[in-house]
Amino acid sequence: MHKELVDVERVSLYKSKNMSKYTEDDLKVELENKEYEYGFYTDIESETFPAGLNEDIVRAISKKKNEPQWMTDWRLEAFRAWQQMEEPEWANVNYEKPDFQAVSYYSAPKKKDKYASLDEVDPELLETFKKLGISLDEQKKLAGVAMDIVVDSVSVATTFKKTLAEKGIIFMSISEAIQEHPELVKKYLGTVVPQKDNFYAALNSAVFSDGSFCYIPKGVRCPMELSTYFRINQGGTGQFERTLVIADEGSYVSYLEGCTAPSRDENQLHAAVVELIALDDAEIKYSTVQNWYPGNKEGKGGVFNFVTKRGLCEKNAKISWTQVETGSAVTWKYPSCVLKGDNSIGEFYSIAVTNNFQQADTGTKMIHLGKNTKSTIISKGISAGKSQNSYRGLVQIGARAENARNFSQCDSLLMGNNCGAHTFPYIESKNASAKIEHEATTSKIGEDQVFYCNQRGIPTEKAIALIVNGFSKEVLNKLPMEFAVEAQKLLEISLEGSVG
Amino acid sequence: MELKEKMLASFMAFEEKIKDNEDLHEVRNHAIKNFENKGFPTKKEEAWKYTSLNAILKNDFSVFPKKDNAIEFKDVKKYFLHEIDTYKVVFIDGIFSSFLSSTTHEGLDVCLMSSALTKPKYKMVIDTYFNQIASKEESLTSLNTAFSLEGAYINIPKSKVVEKPIEIIYFSTGNEAALMVQPRNLVIVGENAHVQIVERHQSLNSNPVLTNSVTEIFAQKRAIVDYYKIQNDVQTANLIDNTYIAQKQESRVAVHTFSFGGNITRNNLNFYHQGERIDSTLKGITIIGDKQHVDHYTLVHHAQPNCESHQNYKTILDGQSTGVFNGKIYVEKEAQKTDAFQQNNNILIGDKATINAKPQLEIFADDVKCSHGCTIGQLDESAMFYMQQRGIPKKEAKALLMYAFTSEVTSSIKIPELKAKIARIIADKLGVKMGFDL
Repeated sequence: MHKELVDVERVSLYKSKNMSKYTEDDLKVELENKEYEYGFYTDIESETFPAGLNEDIVRAISKKKNEPQWMTDWRLEAFRAWQQMEEPEWANVNYEKPDFQAVSYYSAPKKKDKYASLDEVDPELLETFKKLGISLDEQKKLAGVAMDIVVDSVSVATTFKKTLAEKGIIFMSISEAIQEHPELVKKYLGTVVPQKDNFYAALNSAVFSDGSFCYIPKGVRCPMELSTYFRINQGGTGQFERTLVIADEGSYVSYLEGCTAPSRDENQLHAAVVELIALDDAEIKYSTVQNWYPGNKEGKGGVFNFVTKRGLCEKNAKISWTQVETGSAVTWKYPSCVLKGDNSIGEFYSIAVTNNFQQADTGTKMIHLGKNTKSTIISKGISAGKSQNSYRGLVQIGARAENARNFSQCDSLLMGNNCGAHTFPYIESKNASAKIEHEATTSKIGEDQVFYCNQRGIPTEKAIALIVNGFSKEVLNKLPMEFAVEAQKLLEISLEGSVG
Repeated sequence: MELKEKMLASFMAFEEKIKDNEDLHEVRNHAIKNFENKGFPTKKEEAWKYTSLNAILKNDFSVFPKKDNAIEFKDVKKYFLHEIDTYKVVFIDGIFSSFLSSTTHEGLDVCLMSSALTKPKYKMVIDTYFNQIASKEESLTSLNTAFSLEGAYINIPKSKVVEKPIEIIYFSTGNEAALMVQPRNLVIVGENAHVQIVERHQSLNSNPVLTNSVTEIFAQKRAIVDYYKIQNDVQTANLIDNTYIAQKQESRVAVHTFSFGGNITRNNLNFYHQGERIDSTLKGITIIGDKQHVDHYTLVHHAQPNCESHQNYKTILDGQSTGVFNGKIYVEKEAQKTDAFQQNNNILIGDKATINAKPQLEIFADDVKCSHGCTIGQLDESAMFYMQQRGIPKKEAKALLMYAFTSEVTSSIKIPELKAKIARIIADKLGVKMGFDL
């Protein structure tokens, strides 16, 4: 048992503290030093493109990555579409529009060659990982987690490739995949999120610098949790990663994604695209803990997180999204499921926490196309400080989706009266046999609940943490164990100082 | 000519014709400018995402109907609450019919908007209330404001309990090939006063009609207003109903909307709170079939503490009909201790029926109780089986279940005769001969 806990701690995303001995008092100390903990900046000699975006930059990115012609064309097509598009305005967020010509679209740690082993990796980079609590050499020994680490968009290290290769699982950076498995990439890239899907997706398709690629062959159950780690390092660069996960017939994979960014004054742009494809009888579980820099207390700086995530379910397939969103100044994110095959299942579990001047507009889309499709949406929004937290969701039942079933629940918790909680659920049904239930509530932490805790000697701050945890339990339970512990602590820290 | 251009051209002629005070002239001109800028709403606008007016706007509507289209009372008797005595304000093709009406100036004013707008003795009331709560941004409301001339004017003085319900009925005779009418109603209910109003729009044949109606209701302190809208029109009638309600402290306003027919029906129902301890009720039953379309767009704006709002909308859709529910609860920072509840239940019976629901909450205060629920489903099979087992034919069993489904709304109708009338209409819609004597 103890061994296991220690392992968990090593995977821990933001601290390499001994968690088995982690007590509530430690939390208190931690809360007192609540400045954004990843606010360090590693001075790795970066190779950064000049700011601005035009066809030449797109070509240059493609060339830099030694991509085949079809890929370059694909990017250019996306870029041309992007030029015709306008930045969406409908989300319930206010921010100064990023100047897309002021962003540098490529930033890679300068490298000699491919890294054959960790020794060749820039020691400073390794130091970065250590601060994040994921030392690579330890990683290898850890059971159950393989990581594809992305720093400023270029995958520098992939572990456990060999173990996975034995099962026929392909887990590598997408740039490698373009070289090594072009047939798979060509077949699936852009099938779920087309280049022209939306403004940010088009931008991403044109300039994505790296990301993860995962293919689980027929009938294989991936023996470990796959994990990617994103971190924005270089100032003034945008992070445009692209993830493609393909679960072939009857396979299963659980995928974890965690994000952090060092403190920066200017807003950093993050426009990622994640595509999941679950073929017949396959299951994909995708979990995200997002902790990008949320900006300081005055609302200065922070990451703009404009993400397009979508999964496609074939017959009897299942896709489950779980997300814990605590960071970013502005979040614009709707992990969705297209339930194309009969009997397919889509799930969405989300906790979105906003504090200070954060703004989040997040939710999901469940598109029911096949018969007997089912979807579940559980969304918990917690707003504190002067933040705005919106749930925006769509449940759409197509005319042919006989016996489709949906259950949605959106609960919001407000702390203080300078914040706002909003729900914008869209429900569209074209089939008479569909059953849809939606419910939403908004409330605050009950004084009686806090009083009850106080009476029993639990100070208010801890009582609040306890209640918030209870409020979020339904979603936290869906996270893999390592992440659940992590997420729980993140929640507490994000809400520090918002009550009492 | 496009309808928009036609409206703009007609406005010139309209302005020439009427002589009222300068202030109103300005209000109208301001409104027509807003309409000119915005035009008719399209599906691109979030508020009109699910309702398209394009098909209706293709009709060549006449804007100024010919005068004196008389109808016999016996032909339209069934549209009135004829079992009881009521005040009546009746319009035929947008023009007041003194023959069918029964207005009053004794102790309260139940009369015409046209006289209120033109006679000097009403000037103060018009200045205080007219176009005060109606949206100045929304293009269709502006269009109505620009052409506002006729409608019902109801002013209930302080502490007056109006003993008879007031009926406002708009008939269209179909003597015009296609008619557009824009009634404008103003209802002022004084402190502690109590009134019941029933509004109905009725076409008498199948020539297309577009009604763009605006009603402003002001409920003063502790006033009680019960407002019922019956929308059971022919398949070629289109109705855009814009209702704006301002409530002062401790007032109670309930609006029941019964949408049983018409081609496209759009209800914009807006409640604005201007005092504490207000109670607002919004309820509706929609039973439609064929290719009918009913869109409920509600807003409850909670701006003051300790207020309550209750919304309950029930929809049954058959055929290829489309139902839309877009309900918004907006709670401002100051509106602590708000209790806002919204429920929307839908049953789809027709294979090709569509329901689009968008219940929204926008909340800026922390100490509130706000919730919404929305369901889409079918009739309970076990209940159907139970009844059939006991000898109730399928059709009747189905009707009973649907009637029960709507009873949460019908039960709060305060006028017994109206309740019976609604029950009859529901039975008729469900195709059964049951009386539902409840």
